[in-house]
Amino acid sequence: MNPLPLVAVAGNPNAGKSALFNALTGARQKVGNYPGVTVERHSGRLTLADGRPVEMVDLPGSYSLEPASPDEAVTRDVLLGRQKGERQPDAVVVVVDASNLDNHLRFCLQLIELGLPTIVALNMVDLAKRDGLELDPKTLERELGVPVVETVAVRRRGIAELQQALDDMLSAPFCGVHQHVKSDLIHLQRRAREIATKAVVSETPVRRWTHRLDTVLLHPFLGPIILALIMFVMFQAVFAWSETPKSWIENGVAWLSSLVTGALPPGLLRSLIVDGAIAGVGAVITFLPQILILFFFILLLEGTGYMVRAAFLMDRLMHGVGLSGRAFIPLLSSFACAVPGIMATRTIDDPKDRLTTILVAPLMTCSARLPVYTLIIAAFIPNTRLVWGVGLQGVVMLGLYLTGVGGALLAALVLRRGVLKGSSGGFMMELPKYQWPPLKDVVIGILSRAQIFLKRAGTIILGTTIILWALASVPQAGPGQKQSDVSIAGKIGRAIETVVRPIGFNHDIAMALLPAMAAREVAVSAIATVYSIDSPDEKAGATTLQDKLQHRWSLATALAFLAWFVFAPQCISTIAVTRRETNGWKWPLFMVSYLFVLAYAFAGATYWTAVALGL
Amino acid sequence: MNAPFQPDAIRLDRLPLGMRARVASVDWAALDRGEATRLRQFGFDEGVTVEALHLGPFGRDPIAVRVGRMTVAIRRKHAGAIGVTPLTK
Repeated sequence: MNPLPLVAVAGNPNAGKSALFNALTGARQKVGNYPGVTVERHSGRLTLADGRPVEMVDLPGSYSLEPASPDEAVTRDVLLGRQKGERQPDAVVVVVDASNLDNHLRFCLQLIELGLPTIVALNMVDLAKRDGLELDPKTLERELGVPVVETVAVRRRGIAELQQALDDMLSAPFCGVHQHVKSDLIHLQRRAREIATKAVVSETPVRRWTHRLDTVLLHPFLGPIILALIMFVMFQAVFAWSETPKSWIENGVAWLSSLVTGALPPGLLRSLIVDGAIAGVGAVITFLPQILILFFFILLLEGTGYMVRAAFLMDRLMHGVGLSGRAFIPLLSSFACAVPGIMATRTIDDPKDRLTTILVAPLMTCSARLPVYTLIIAAFIPNTRLVWGVGLQGVVMLGLYLTGVGGALLAALVLRRGVLKGSSGGFMMELPKYQWPPLKDVVIGILSRAQIFLKRAGTIILGTTIILWALASVPQAGPGQKQSDVSIAGKIGRAIETVVRPIGFNHDIAMALLPAMAAREVAVSAIATVYSIDSPDEKAGATTLQDKLQHRWSLATALAFLAWFVFAPQCISTIAVTRRETNGWKWPLFMVSYLFVLAYAFAGATYWTAVALGL
Repeated sequence: MNAPFQPDAIRLDRLPLGMRARVASVDWAALDRGEATRLRQFGFDEGVTVEALHLGPFGRDPIAVRVGRMTVAIRRKHAGAIGVTPLTK
């Protein structure tokens, strides 16, 4: 059987390529990876009018066939039929921004030169009109020598016409591809400008919306204030909006756990399900709302085009510690999770800038730390109000975030002076037009995050929790003995305890640290599991984890534990993604070691300071 | 291409905000390869009309420049390699 015809969607960054791809293929998309490189492959299926299926692939946005990043190299190699794991496309849809023709036509001309059957999607014609720009697609078609279809991808306008054009093109016989003719960039650029000028029917100069917004949002004084406000609202929302859904999940978990407790006779099986699975996974999935709210904001800021403005505002400050403004986006994403954050560093051109950003990204307080922070703060920090609307607990939480950010900036500074010495790269970024992202795209993004998180809860977290439960349950304690002393986990904990005793950690923490290597939030479920095994007679929910902690830990220990989690690189996924992105074990090992050293030092300093202050 | 600066040309980083100018010369040799490629891809080329739109809040760096119909952000250092002739209407 012949493989399906393959159609590649290519174009400049910010041409609305992904929106067009979404409009053509709908929600049924597959996200994979190109073999050997860390570039995502987005593919989907389109059915033509006569029922023939076509495979569509969304290529990474590129300015030209001269790659400046690994993503752009994939785009070039796929189009030239050189990419491993991909056949050469049978046709190309080139997406160009109607209001930016003189730039986008250059890449378009380069693609037409390749000789593959090509269709041009003249996208965002509505925004061009708003900017007072009237274009003639017929002139464009004549000058380029390929079909041109006007589209507004986000409103699904022109999609049917585009499908029709694809249908016609794939039905026509096609003979062979040229080899890549290398016209030089300057020449292509001049030709692009010429064609763009010809295609313009009329142009009324209007003050563009984007420019008006930018005079406020990039204002030297107002700009940073607005950015700070947006960050403030975002982090407030993460806590405030999540309260209600969080309590639903908590009630659901408590209900499920009492249901199982009632249905099963006391014994090992009940303990496994209630103490291991439900207590462990339940403690973690209550944080789903917070994580999704954080991702909602990040997707929204990215989709509207504001994120690039934030990078612009922050570039100079980031430059001061040897990073570039481009690092702002990956670092902000790392507040949700370091894994997508580290993957987002691919947009940083300079290799040393990029490596520094990767190495400090785990210091941003990711959402997996929230369960740990929230639990300890709720248990040990009194809920007193400092001034109106500002509570002590919130201040401590903010302090932990700021310690992480400060640690990251300092680490970047030291790394840039030391192991990653060298001149820093530049900051060159396109500031795209502001636009309201289609709600559907934001929803797709959030759902895929929820899926990833729940999958993790169902696999890594469930698995480590059950292993820990098993290790903590055997051998069974005799009368008068404490289960957490006798069990295998208890013995391992004892060994770790000798190392962490000097920084104020007790036996419970030592036992939780090892499984927390899988993911930080496992620390919470691990402690929950250990305590619920230790006190099997208590009915589920009779005493909360908080109460138990208050009885067993001193304040100094709790604070040291918080300080530890600001720095400790306890996340297998982050280490794995760092290995993948840096192509080897050298940098992930370096990252893990320097972060553990920092964690140990800071936890120790916190503990002994607290003890000296008599806390 | 190391065209000498024209007498009435100034460096792009000295161009007052809101004043349109034409690119007179680009000192490609002062940029590294990747940076030069990016600038070309953004459309910087002799004869193109540019306008400085916004300055970064700290140290007036970076600069947001309109090139043709696109707005791009570049650092002051790189803008210094671009010579422009202000356009008076």
